[in-house]
Amino acid sequence: MDLKGRTAIITGASRGIGRATAIAIARAGADVVINYSSSEAQAASVKEQIEEFGGSAVIFKADVTDYRQCEAMVKYAIDHFNKIDILINNAGITRDNLLARMKAEEWREVIDTNLTGIYNCCRAILRPLLKQKNGGRIVNIASVAGIYGNSGQTNYAAAKGGVIAFTKSLAKELGSRNITVNAVAPGFIETEMTDTLSGKVKEEVLSRIALGRFGKPEDIADTVLFLASSASAYITGQIIVVDGSLSM
Amino acid sequence: MSVENKVKGIIADQLEVGIDKLTLDTTFEDIDADSLDIVELVMALEEEFDLEISDQEIENIKTVGDIVRYIESKV
Repeated sequence: MDLKGRTAIITGASRGIGRATAIAIARAGADVVINYSSSEAQAASVKEQIEEFGGSAVIFKADVTDYRQCEAMVKYAIDHFNKIDILINNAGITRDNLLARMKAEEWREVIDTNLTGIYNCCRAILRPLLKQKNGGRIVNIASVAGIYGNSGQTNYAAAKGGVIAFTKSLAKELGSRNITVNAVAPGFIETEMTDTLSGKVKEEVLSRIALGRFGKPEDIADTVLFLASSASAYITGQIIVVDGSLSM
Repeated sequence: MSVENKVKGIIADQLEVGIDKLTLDTTFEDIDADSLDIVELVMALEEEFDLEISDQEIENIKTVGDIVRYIESKV
């Protein structure tokens, strides 16, 4: 996969799947914008790691729930690297709770970051992307919870299900401009997000994974890289499940 | 350059049609422009003339003349 000469923005790239994705995209030769909202030191360490192997990266603080900050991020990317080609919408949070106890705030925060954040970033990138007339790649990080649902995650599953429907719709809107829009739906990936789950829950999940292990952020990064590259030129509006068989 | 000629130039450029094919009565249907073409055209016009065209106003745009008259009324 060669992404030399491309510019990519990866949201929520300071940790977890976003971090692994930023590194994979940079390793393929793209100039990357590492977006973060709070973990500045970790974002800086991603940049350092990329520069160690001769890659090119900048960091940019932006809260994806705020359209203006997304717009500023796209402008920063273009000012820095002269163009924009790839957007990886990865920024996401969980506020797990049974619906009977879920506060409006827990609902809203998850919808705002995981779903509205994708609207904001896509909307902000669209004008320059269309203007360049050179196609483009948008990859959204969904979740198997958005397909199959998950107890304790009505907010998260609703947002991710929304991301899936959004992905398909935007793919139809932009197909004629050679801009592909796809999503990756990870299963259980070992990150800080899943670290908080109890040992019992983890054991139960593991027993349902045919490949016999939890996913690594790199497993997702590799699939995102494929969807960001020219190798996936004829794929759009698709949701690729990467879960070791968990949802089967 | 007149607004009319500027607008025709932008349309010709954006939608890849011969400028000589454009009259004030040319409709966007005539030149096979789809809805995304119109959005891209509006973005280019907004930049060129430094104004904002609302969705409602976009809906009223049917011909090249509609755009020229709209922009003349704004600048």
